[in-house]
Formats: sequence, structure tokens, C-alpha cells
Amino acid sequence: MTQAAQLPLPADWRDFFALTKPRVMSLVIFTGLCGLLAAPGHIDPVLGFTAILCIALGAGGAAALNQWWEADLDAGMRRTKQRPLPAGRMERTSARDFGLGLSAASVLIMGLANGVLPAAILLVSIVYYAVVYTIWLKPRTPQNIVIGGGAGAFPPLIGWVAVTGHITLMPVVLFAIIFMWTPPHFWALALFVQSDYAKVGIPMLPVVAGEAATRRQILIYAVLLMPLSLVPWWIGGAGLIYGISAALLSGVFLALSARVGLRQRSGPDDAMRPEKQLFAWSILYLFALFGALVADRWLA
Amino acid sequence: MSNLPDPESFDPMEQRKKVIRQRNVATGLVLVFFVVLFFAITIAKMHH
Repeated sequence: MTQAAQLPLPADWRDFFALTKPRVMSLVIFTGLCGLLAAPGHIDPVLGFTAILCIALGAGGAAALNQWWEADLDAGMRRTKQRPLPAGRMERTSARDFGLGLSAASVLIMGLANGVLPAAILLVSIVYYAVVYTIWLKPRTPQNIVIGGGAGAFPPLIGWVAVTGHITLMPVVLFAIIFMWTPPHFWALALFVQSDYAKVGIPMLPVVAGEAATRRQILIYAVLLMPLSLVPWWIGGAGLIYGISAALLSGVFLALSARVGLRQRSGPDDAMRPEKQLFAWSILYLFALFGALVADRWLA
Repeated sequence: MSNLPDPESFDPMEQRKKVIRQRNVATGLVLVFFVVLFFAITIAKMHH
């Protein structure tokens, strides 16, 4: 056997790309872009592009650090065992260095192009996801998703601040909407993949508190999200296009959540269709709600 | 499975070189992109 045959193949560039969780990143980019486009004021297109790029790089870096830390857990779950680290296609240190490099580059470039405040918020969001959520909360508390959801709520705030240079009530409300949206979104997923989480000892709410408590919590957050989604219209930060869209979208979200919240699993063979429908709608919901916000700003 | 290399023609050294070459190209393209981006940021900041 030759020396080359004994060495493991170096990770492919596609593996590094996969490390950034591109599907999650698409939602991050979209909400960041919406925050940027909905903000009052003007931003140079190059600086606007750089802001979105930095949000994406920061999210990718945080995702890589998350996978570096959770490689052993990912190996035990059907959904994640084909990721580059658990599948053995990449060394752990490569993922760590890649994550740190992307994170540092995103903060530095954003500071250079968009100012200290958006760069500082981006840094906080990366630390929040990679350290507060991944290392601290996720393995310790069933409320991990509630507090950790804050990490995904930062992009519209960063996009907004990149334009205006300061924090006002409106971007904070956008942050709060995603914060409140995250628990029902993730818990709907956790309900139909809970056996995987249980297997690796992650204390997701369905594993620790049981299905009934999770269903109740999903409904509570959906009820809270309904009025919260209308706040941008109520405080005058958005107009009727957004207001009507938010009422309709949140109404459907609430109805689907109620269906999940008020039912019980019929048995081990339950297809969990309402839970899957809620999860799918929750993704569409966020895209549509933030799309309506931008449409309202540019069409009204 | 069709995406597995044919054991008869599989050359580990050649495969290794190919992956490293692809990574070098990707790294080079990223560096060029950042050079262009920094130039564009500088021009944009000068106009402000």
C-alpha cells in the first residue's frame, strides 16, 4: 500500500460549504436582507451587499463552530450523521479553524464597511449561537431553544442597524418576532424527530417534559406571536400591506399550532402530519412575513 | 453504487491531488473576490 493510500483524503470544498448549514443560512440571509431593505434611509449598494455577505459569513462561521463542538452528538443522529465531521470526511480542527476564520472575517469586514455597532451586534450573535446556545444551553436545559432562539433573531436587527447606524424600537420588535417564532418552529420539528434527540441525550422539551407539555408550549408561543407580529403595524413602523399580511399569516400559524397543541399522538405509527405541516408553515411564515414588511416599505 | 470509484482504476495519490487542486482553486477565487470587495468598499466609502 502506498503512503498516499494510507492518508485520509483532505476535505473537499463542498464539505466546507456544507459546514456552513446553507439551508439555515438562506433564512438568515433573507431576514437580514429584509431588515436592511425595510429600514428607513439609504445604503450604498456595495455596503448593503457587504452587510448581507457578513451576516451570511457570520452565520456560516457560527454553524461550523456548532458542528465542530457537536460532532460526537451528530454522529448519533440519523438527521446529522452524514455531515462532514461525523461522516469522517473532515478533521475536527479544520472545522474549528474554518469557523473561527469565517467569524473573525465577517466581524472585521462588517466593522470596516458598515461601522462598529452592526459589527458588534454580529459578534454578539456569533458568540450567542456558538457559545451560549451550543456549548452552554443546549446540553443543559429543555428551554435551550427559547433562549438560543435569540441567535437566529439577530440578522434583521443587524441589517437594519447597518442602514440607520442606531437601534430603535422597530428592529427590536423584528428581533422579538423571530425570538417568539423559534420555539414553536423547533418544537414542531422536535416532536417528530424526538427519538433522535433522546438517543444522544439532548434535553429537548419533548424528551424531558413530554409531548403534552411541548404541545401546550407551542400553542402558548403561537398565541403570543399573533399580537407581536402586528406590533410593527401598530407602532407605525409598517403599513396596511404588512398589517393585513401579518394578521392572515399569524392566523394560519395559530390555527396550525392549535391543531398540534390540542391533539395527542394516536400511537407509535402516527404520521405526525399536523406537526410536519406546522413546521413547513413556520418556515413559509417567516419568509412571507418579512417579505410583506419589505413590500410594505417599497410599494406603499 | 455508481458514485464509488472503480477499485481497478482508483489512484489514491491522483484523487488526493485532485481534491487539493480543487481546494486551491476555491481558495484562490475567494481571495480574488475579497480583493475586489475591499476595492469596492474603499470606493464606496470614499463617496460617503
